[in-house]
Amino acid sequence: MTFDINVILAQLPAILSGAGVTLLLWIAGTIGGAAVGFLVAVGRRYGGRLIDWPLGLAVEVLRGTPFLIQIFLLYYGGPFIGLALDPIPAGLLGLTIYGAAYFSEIFRAGFVAIPKGHIEAAECVGLSQGQIVRRILLPEMTMLVLPPAINMAVILMKETAILSIITVPELTLTVSAIGSQQYAFVESLFLLAVFYWVLVEVTDKLGRYAEHRLSRYRFSPT
Amino acid sequence: MSFKLFELLLKASLYTIGISLVSILIGFTIAILLSGMLLSGRRALAVPARIFISFFRGVPLLVQLLLIYNLLPVIGLNVPSIVAAIIGLSLCTAAYQAENLRGGFASVPRGLIESAEMVGLTPSQAFRRIKVPIALRLTFPALVNEAILILKASSLVSVVGIVELTRMAQDLAGSTFLPLQLFACAGLIYLVINWVVARTGGLIERSLPGVPR
Repeated sequence: MTFDINVILAQLPAILSGAGVTLLLWIAGTIGGAAVGFLVAVGRRYGGRLIDWPLGLAVEVLRGTPFLIQIFLLYYGGPFIGLALDPIPAGLLGLTIYGAAYFSEIFRAGFVAIPKGHIEAAECVGLSQGQIVRRILLPEMTMLVLPPAINMAVILMKETAILSIITVPELTLTVSAIGSQQYAFVESLFLLAVFYWVLVEVTDKLGRYAEHRLSRYRFSPT
Repeated sequence: MSFKLFELLLKASLYTIGISLVSILIGFTIAILLSGMLLSGRRALAVPARIFISFFRGVPLLVQLLLIYNLLPVIGLNVPSIVAAIIGLSLCTAAYQAENLRGGFASVPRGLIESAEMVGLTPSQAFRRIKVPIALRLTFPALVNEAILILKASSLVSVVGIVELTRMAQDLAGSTFLPLQLFACAGLIYLVINWVVARTGGLIERSLPGVPR
């Protein structure tokens, strides 16, 4: 067998465009998922039982089923209920909804873990509500939520590969298509694996660095 | 959607369960080896284990499966696709389970090991009778969690042509034009399987003795 990576690299523009789609979907899906997840967590905490219960059920369903099934349901089932989306919007929507379910649980745990005493202490020393949110709640929450949120971002990065199955022209689809055209499957998949591996490791390292920088806000949960 | 279709989905879900179970067990065996390498204190063993774990945790499972599926024939191993799928799932879960086991061994309370030494257990006895059971006890919840992750991840073996639950739903959706019902049904079956696994895991965990601090 000949292992010639140049066969793949000759198609660099196409690969770069695929990588761009992957990165954009990942970043947009992560930010969207975190934002929606935050709203879900707030809704469940402060919205009363009528909001908490259906949202809780939705989160459980999303966390208990494979992402692939959710994507199929959205992409192939959607048109039957008037939701005919192109692959990229469908992928982005699917990724956001899926991410939101997991992010909402991360934020929920964050809310629960902030000690009441910290807020009471802040009130006692005369901090205003705005100051408490800005200087106590947000920093402490960030510290608590950051490690699992980075982890979730990494998971979402890897889930973007699944979008290739509904023909989203992201990196996995692009590179494996080149692989089959050039009859160089192993080279193409090897390249793909390295790309994701590096990206995941870099994200992980950046996350650890951020954690380290923020560690002055760390407190021992009691 | 007729009952016949539902029955086909249920039958296919047996493949999902079987593939996941086999992969979890093989993965667990490899994970023991990997965590042993990590904890051996020898760089020559720890570094390859760390690279293995980093790779299989850093690359999407879909890419791993495609890579293994395409690589095996190239290196002269013509195995059925189900074997390739199980190898892929096993290696991936092994990486995650090895991390869990390492964590479990690291969090065995020091006091327990010291007491074992105090009452005169030899290092190997202390390892076999104190460290291993406690580490396994501590990692049990993570194992249940991993089982659920693998059950969900096994949906990806549909891309290498194995007709498990997801692929069956996909095939039936193609021939009946009922994607909404079929994928919802498949999702529901996954949900029930995972619920049963989580529930059983929880029950077993409660029946296990606690770990003294």
